[in-house]
Amino acid sequence: MLAIYILLIIMIIGAIIAIEVEDLLSSVVTVGAVGLGLSLVCLVLKAPDVAITQFVVEIIALIILMRATVSKDVHGSTIGRRLLGSMVVVGFIAVFLLVAMKSIEELPAFGEPTMRISGEYLASGMSKTGAANMVSAILLDFRAYDTLGEATVLFTAVIGVLAVVRRIGRKEKHGIPGREDE
Amino acid sequence: MSKEREKGMSLIVKTITRLTVGLILLYGVYIVLHGHVSPGGGFAGGVIIALSFVHLMLAFGKEVAFRKLAEPVVSFFESLGATLFLSIALLGFWGGSFLLNFLPKGESFKLFSAGIIPLCNVAICLKVGAGLFAAFVALVLLKLDVEKE
Repeated sequence: MLAIYILLIIMIIGAIIAIEVEDLLSSVVTVGAVGLGLSLVCLVLKAPDVAITQFVVEIIALIILMRATVSKDVHGSTIGRRLLGSMVVVGFIAVFLLVAMKSIEELPAFGEPTMRISGEYLASGMSKTGAANMVSAILLDFRAYDTLGEATVLFTAVIGVLAVVRRIGRKEKHGIPGREDE
Repeated sequence: MSKEREKGMSLIVKTITRLTVGLILLYGVYIVLHGHVSPGGGFAGGVIIALSFVHLMLAFGKEVAFRKLAEPVVSFFESLGATLFLSIALLGFWGGSFLLNFLPKGESFKLFSAGIIPLCNVAICLKVGAGLFAAFVALVLLKLDVEKE
């Protein structure tokens, strides 16, 4: 458990640096460090599937963020922080912490006990699906509806991105032909 | 600045990319095909495959990347992945219910086992890989567009 706490502290420090640093590129890199720390936490908690997914998604998100920020000369918001906004934020944090303290006390201990449905999956998953990787067995057999929904979400997200940044229908100022409509 | 970027990066980056991009693609395919045996699966493998093409595009510029994988092909693969997953799910009605694992289960720990799970992994890989690559391409092209203005 000590490794998790060390990683969590590093991630919190990274998140604070990401907010406070002036340079956007440094901020993006620090966000990437936070994500990689999360991937390591998943690895320490013996969830290699989640760790791999978190790792690769973090990298592609980092690349897209870098492409979006590096050449753009955007500096942090120059508007001073307003008093009302800060107070609202502090209020929400306080409410969230109070509710979280109340609800975390009610939770069972970490990893104990295994829930009934999970136990059933673990006991009969391999014989019912034939898949040695239990995560795949649950994602694509027992809970395949969830995966279908997830695929739909991703499909919709990509369609949304393509619809927002498409070239057809945009006003052409420089005579760029509108064929690259991806 | 945008002109230089379109041509790609320096010789060192290009050489290293030439060496590694095939391995990255191969690793993605491995992750997808062994998703039901070892950690990984369609989502992670699809992202790795998309990353190999992103790698190619960052190093060599978009022309080279599009020569390997044209934009219509990307959108075709994305639609193909979604359709494939849905049709596998619908084929379950053959045995009785939606998303039923109707294929023979086979022997565990073998590559050809677990019924429809590897097929679903391949479908999700196509969908995720093509979708993320399309989103990346869209954002990059938008970027170049803004730079020209």
